[in-house]
Amino acid sequence: MASGLQLSREELLVAYRRMRTIRDFEDKVHEEFSAGNIPGFVHLYAGEEASAVGFCMHLDDRDAIASTHRGHGHSIAKGCDVEGMMHEIYGRKDGLCGGKGGSMHIADLSKGMLGANGIVGAGAPLICGAALTAKTLGTGGVAICFVGDGGSNQGTTLESYNLAKVWDLPAIFVVEDNGYAESTASSWSVGGSQVDRGKGFGLATHEVDGFDFFAVFDVAAEAIERARSGGGPSLVHMKLARHYGHFEGDAMTYRAADEVAALKAESDPLTIFRQRVTETAILNGADLDEIDGAVRTEIEGCVASAKAAAMPAESDLLTDVYVSY
Amino acid sequence: MSNKSYRQAIAEALTQEMRRDHRVVIMGEDIAGGLGAPGEDDAWGGPLGVTKGLMAEFGRERVLDTPISESAFIGAAAGAAATGLRPVAELMFVDFMGVCFDQIFNQAAKFRYMFGGKAVTPMVVRTMYGAGFRAASQHSQCLYPLFTHIPGLKVALPSNAYEAKGLLTQAIRDDDPVIFFEHKAMYDMEMEVPDEPYAIAFGEANVTREGDDVTIIAFGRMVNLANEAADNLAKNGVTCTVVDPRTTSPLDRETILETAAETGRVVVVDEAHPRCSMASDIAGLVAQEAFGELKAPIKLVTAPHAPVPFSPALEDIYIPSVAKIEAAVTEIVEYGEKAAAE
Amino acid sequence: MSSIKPITMPKWGLAMDEGMLARWAVEEGAEIAPGQEIMDIETTKIANVFESPVGGILRKQVVSEGETVPVGALLGVVSEPDVPDGEVEAFVTEFLENFTPEETDDAGAPTPEMVETASGAIRRLKAGPDDGAAVILIHGFGADLNGWMFNQAELAAERQVHAIDLPGHGGSTKSVGDGAVATLAAAVTAYMDAAEINSAHLVGHSLGGAVATSIAAASPERVSALTLIAPAGFGSDVSQDFIEGFIGQSRARKLRPIIELLVADPSLVTADMVEEVLKFKRLDGVVAALRTIADANFDNGAQRVQVRDHLGNVSAPVQVIWGEDDRILAAGHADGLPDSVKVIRLAGAGHIPHMEKAADVNAAISALG
Repeated sequence: MASGLQLSREELLVAYRRMRTIRDFEDKVHEEFSAGNIPGFVHLYAGEEASAVGFCMHLDDRDAIASTHRGHGHSIAKGCDVEGMMHEIYGRKDGLCGGKGGSMHIADLSKGMLGANGIVGAGAPLICGAALTAKTLGTGGVAICFVGDGGSNQGTTLESYNLAKVWDLPAIFVVEDNGYAESTASSWSVGGSQVDRGKGFGLATHEVDGFDFFAVFDVAAEAIERARSGGGPSLVHMKLARHYGHFEGDAMTYRAADEVAALKAESDPLTIFRQRVTETAILNGADLDEIDGAVRTEIEGCVASAKAAAMPAESDLLTDVYVSY
Repeated sequence: MSNKSYRQAIAEALTQEMRRDHRVVIMGEDIAGGLGAPGEDDAWGGPLGVTKGLMAEFGRERVLDTPISESAFIGAAAGAAATGLRPVAELMFVDFMGVCFDQIFNQAAKFRYMFGGKAVTPMVVRTMYGAGFRAASQHSQCLYPLFTHIPGLKVALPSNAYEAKGLLTQAIRDDDPVIFFEHKAMYDMEMEVPDEPYAIAFGEANVTREGDDVTIIAFGRMVNLANEAADNLAKNGVTCTVVDPRTTSPLDRETILETAAETGRVVVVDEAHPRCSMASDIAGLVAQEAFGELKAPIKLVTAPHAPVPFSPALEDIYIPSVAKIEAAVTEIVEYGEKAAAE
Repeated sequence: MSSIKPITMPKWGLAMDEGMLARWAVEEGAEIAPGQEIMDIETTKIANVFESPVGGILRKQVVSEGETVPVGALLGVVSEPDVPDGEVEAFVTEFLENFTPEETDDAGAPTPEMVETASGAIRRLKAGPDDGAAVILIHGFGADLNGWMFNQAELAAERQVHAIDLPGHGGSTKSVGDGAVATLAAAVTAYMDAAEINSAHLVGHSLGGAVATSIAAASPERVSALTLIAPAGFGSDVSQDFIEGFIGQSRARKLRPIIELLVADPSLVTADMVEEVLKFKRLDGVVAALRTIADANFDNGAQRVQVRDHLGNVSAPVQVIWGEDDRILAAGHADGLPDSVKVIRLAGAGHIPHMEKAADVNAAISALG
């Protein structure tokens, strides 16, 4: 079984770069949204990077993922074009979805990214379908549903655990428990335990530290290998935390006064990653600093080009409703 | 060419398309049936036997029984369609849409638009509709207007066995999500249906009768009632054009408006409730686009704004009838005559 | 009583089991002659005039206009003038009491069947005595064996008549190769081989006429006589509106005017006839096959196919029948043919005289062999 600590230097640099890209992307969107430059709703993934990257490092284009309304991180981790994503969030014609989807519907099916989703809990059934495709056509692919603690209470998710089991699908349900469904704590809203729910449906289950890239990477390797080899579906539950509110503009009055500051100081997945790789001398600080600088420049460039890009024209309003009509 | 029932026509379309394209799979509750049970395999072949025998040819890998779990398997059909299969999911009764509508209208219907034209979602939802089976309020509705309302969905309403095979073949070959409505009272209706595969294009209405006095636009099973009414009326010298739009989305506006203009009198026959229905939609279309051609008010023959009742005594008067269609036609013909006399 | 003669619903084509009396052309009390057009009858395929098989006074119209009745049902009664009304009434009563409609799935009636040939599966409808002279009916572009509904049964009284579907048409294979006349001709000879027909009177209509001529020129020993009805390949032009409209139009209301180009009197075209064409065109592979055949033989209103010169190689007797009002292939294409070719021009007929003037065409075919 692959272990995160056995990753090559190059692979570790890729993992770090993806996590850093997600962080800078989200920080920048936060800044730009606050400045009034971005329309609509955005939900930021900063703080949860270890989950998306820890899983998606194992995947290729034949594998599918479904995301949540908090979908930027999963999209970047699965290989969506970052500049195209930024343009999409700005509603530009050359955005990843032509400016028709926006933050909540970023998708790129060619990369196996089945979309962020505006409907909480909608991803799990879709992933059963993607897993069915892989199984029926024999592609060897797997399908992963990222779902929050909020979405975990939807019937769709629980029905999908059952369907994945009875159809014996190469599916994995990753419950990203960031502690809050909107403003309501998962300690209140979730009855029983997430892992016990999985066991109740006969899924293989794992509990993992969602702040630790290496722990996630190792559990992901096991679950994905199980799915690829015909061993059936799994559920992975992890505790993690978001640095921002449910949506941008959320004053987060439901959180403790020092909660986010403490998170950033003690449980930041990027900091934990840096400590781990520099302590073991696999990478040095300068390697990571170089990535930090390069990513900062890349994201700045994405914002600048998004602002300069053209808006869709009126003639784009009615295209793409159907393949043919 | 041989006589086939509506049920056989649907099964034949499924069989031929599954042979033609290995990506076509079918799924649904009891679509084969008997899975895991001690008795017969393929015990039901769907609740009314439409898919009986398909499992024997295509195996459990392509004939997928599901738990009673519409949210999950209709959503799975959407996900499978977006990733390369061409699933045909059976939603046993359209009344059950309440537990899986999100997967249809927020997911499958919108992928293409939301994802900037990059998604293709070739899924079909086959579903039973319609009253007349003493099945009461939750198993008898005609909910096609709700699906017709949603951009991104196509909606087909085959009115007989020939139409059923051709429209289902088109639905399966179509790259957009299609909701395919099967009227439960038509499964045993027989007619000549070609043995060879064929597809009927969506959005092209079928003019089943041609007349001079009134244009009747009818949907699904109501087309047969409208034809019968037209034949009866013809004996008394009142001739009707009957239009079967075949699909409510896309809608053949051109044929509806042309035939409405030719007679100047329009009756719409719709088994659904009258509010926000196909009947009101067609009336709105004709009033907007062909007002100057009308010689009489547009008449709607629909079910009432009430749930479908259980008691046979009530259900029989609930459903639009040949007599009601004839009365509506006669009323607007006389309206024209009165106006001419004044 | 013996001088009282019934007029009954005819059976036009083997698939017909009922017909609608659309119009009486003569009134009760009128004197009618055999062969006189006395009514219009509509079937599911086409409307047509009905010529009286008998002569005398039309004593009674038993069926009124607009009624649909089974084949064999009593439509009217003809007698000599001196037969009393009472006897006529008694005849009608007795006829109606004894009449039972023919079973539609009559086991004795011929039905189309598939024949495997070297050119693929060919559908045919065979009728008539096995020891009769062979006649093969070859339809035109977009048609099928049902197009001979007014001809086959009558010709089959004494002949063994094979109506076949060309490749790409009716129930035959939808594989048409390059779609050229020579390829279609090869399919017909392949059918003759499979059906063990050494030699036959070929009756070809339109594109089928070019096919028949091509066979007669290439394999004279296989053709005992040649009847060409508005054949393709005899002139330079063809109706582009028809070819393109026939392939392209998928709505009945748009296709109907195209089908009407086939006949001199557009009212002959019924809604069902148009619907039959649409149903055919929807079958998998048909539109592609028609496109291939059209592209191989026609070019934007011009005919690529030319068989007129082949007549020099034909040893069998040849006749050409053309409707004077043909709007697909002009009747002028029959001008200038060798004297050895009998040319019959029919007034009041368009491109399908074998349907529009069936009696005349049947008589001509019978006369040739």
